[in-house]
Amino acid sequence: MNGQTAIKREPRLLPTRGAGRWLCTPVSGPAVLIELTGLLLIVLIYAAGQGAYAIGLAELPHLFLASLGVVGSVASGSAAELVFFNIRLPRLLLGLVAGAGLGLSGALMQGLFRNPLADPGLIGVSSGAALAAGITIVLGILWFPDLPRALGSWTLVLMAFAGGLGVTVWIYVLSQGEGGTRVGHMLLAGIAINALAGAGLGLLNFLATDEQLRNLQFWLLGSLGGARWSAVLLVSGITLMAAVVGMALARALNALALGEAQAALLGVSVERLKKSAIVVVALAVGAITATTGIIGFVGLVAPHMVRLIAGPDHRWLLPGSALLGAALVLLADAVARTALQPAELPLGVLTALVGVPFFLLLLRGSHGQRL
Amino acid sequence: MHYRLRGPEWRSALEHHSDASGAGWLQEIPVLESEDCRLGQTDAPPADQLVARCVCVQIGGASLLHGVDFSLAPGEVGAILGPNGAGKSTLLSVLAGLRAPTQGAVWLNGQALQPSNLAAFAAVRAVLPQHTQVAFDFRVRDVVALGRYPHRLNPSTDEAGIVEAAMALTNVLALAERSVSNLSGGERARVQLARVLAQIWTATTAPRWLLVDEPTAALDLHHQHQTLRTLRRWSRDSGVGVVAVLHDLNLALRYVDQVWVLDGGRLQAQGPPEQVLTPALVQRVWRVPVSAVPDADGVAQLLVGATP
Repeated sequence: MNGQTAIKREPRLLPTRGAGRWLCTPVSGPAVLIELTGLLLIVLIYAAGQGAYAIGLAELPHLFLASLGVVGSVASGSAAELVFFNIRLPRLLLGLVAGAGLGLSGALMQGLFRNPLADPGLIGVSSGAALAAGITIVLGILWFPDLPRALGSWTLVLMAFAGGLGVTVWIYVLSQGEGGTRVGHMLLAGIAINALAGAGLGLLNFLATDEQLRNLQFWLLGSLGGARWSAVLLVSGITLMAAVVGMALARALNALALGEAQAALLGVSVERLKKSAIVVVALAVGAITATTGIIGFVGLVAPHMVRLIAGPDHRWLLPGSALLGAALVLLADAVARTALQPAELPLGVLTALVGVPFFLLLLRGSHGQRL
Repeated sequence: MHYRLRGPEWRSALEHHSDASGAGWLQEIPVLESEDCRLGQTDAPPADQLVARCVCVQIGGASLLHGVDFSLAPGEVGAILGPNGAGKSTLLSVLAGLRAPTQGAVWLNGQALQPSNLAAFAAVRAVLPQHTQVAFDFRVRDVVALGRYPHRLNPSTDEAGIVEAAMALTNVLALAERSVSNLSGGERARVQLARVLAQIWTATTAPRWLLVDEPTAALDLHHQHQTLRTLRRWSRDSGVGVVAVLHDLNLALRYVDQVWVLDGGRLQAQGPPEQVLTPALVQRVWRVPVSAVPDADGVAQLLVGATP
């Protein structure tokens, strides 16, 4: 056997023109993660200074250390310190966690369904949360007048989380068959139930008063404005746990790309893989959506962009999607806060506006490569 | 309500009832019990062979396999032959553990093989089906490396070396950095073969097994012979038992130690290919007139169309 044959090297990505060239030099998996971490840090520092109360770059290290309790005390601090600790920092953390969770969930869904068009909303979490939020805003006062008093400011968050999980469980049960979870059925059931939830939201729009309508619409468009430390820490905890479990599925998802039968023959426990992925996505996206509303585009496109740069190996794709998703949401939120000061643009609008140019740049540079 | 009929009378009884009143008998599913199947059921299977006893596979009322016995020792190459629809792929999927037989059982290295315990054998048994698709744009090297998944918890000292060696064996090393979606059908088939070879590359205490369904289907003439020659040499050198579903009888005559000929779900003949693949059998099973022609190195080959 002629083992000395020269190996013809086909680089993963080689754009020949435009800004795509510096973004997409042929790199290996770990190098991509380092690049994306650098990008996230730059975006984080930029976003920390932006807002209705501008904070200069020079003040940031002191403020950050003060928040950690290393230098001075935040409670008695200056206005900058108060703004940073009580408003800016939880918002940054929520944006980081939301983007990372959505990016990771999108990559998990695309790996599970073996389809690059899958996004976290397929299993019904987003639409279930939206429907539950709609019911709470429009009908809550009529049907459960005591609920806001019992749950306080947590009413909407908890209802949305419960709604998201409930619809996911329903779709999961619908997709069970003799051989376990049928992924094709899950896809179709997800489409059907999402349509049903959309119809329900339409009905709620019809029944709502003007103020309720406005509240509901802004909830649906997504925002990081509701970032209280309690909620942020809870969402961060859930998303972190989900991320740890999700990243461990990377090699099994690689094997699943060969098909379920071949993966089973390679020793992958396919049913456990499906359940783990769905639970991770349901919990992470449910918690995030309950706190921020619906942030679209990130879960679908962040994995695509990382796949164009680093390839489909899930060991780099999963963490890369999380990093890029976080950077995308932080950047979009920075623009949302500053574009029309002091008003705040909805986040879900801006993730697409910010993300699409980068995505098109990458697409333009990846001629000949299948997604 | 089931029918329990013994021996060959079941077929005439079923036909009789079907003629009698069409739809009414469609509800009853005859349960077939062959008397031969009760022979040897109590013997313990050998601990180092791939053994299937009295396998029957029924889907609805159709019998895909009936009373098929199979046993292969490590280091041997076995081939399952037969016309289209004879049940070859069904038998291979039963031997792989992908399908549970309606009757009978399969033992691999002395342990019973079922769809529920497939993962336990992943390091010693590799299966390559006829068609495999790769969902995303992996490189050839990554696809072959996927075959090392069963060894992720105790990897060998040179994982990359094993992947390269497997690729060299099927002659795809030159394609290592290319995207698998840009390859031709034959190149993709060789990449998949390299993957299953990598899966059972490392020697273990138990014998290793390779089951391939039509490995030569998409390959050109050179690669057909090279693949089977490689499999036979690798089988002898490493002590791996190979079971292949083949269509080409001449390849079987040249490279295979034992053949099983299936027709209509039943085993028609079994043994060394030069003894089994006589012109009379080929005429009966494949309905093609052939004559046996010994070639330069003494291996009998079948020539189609010549009158015996």
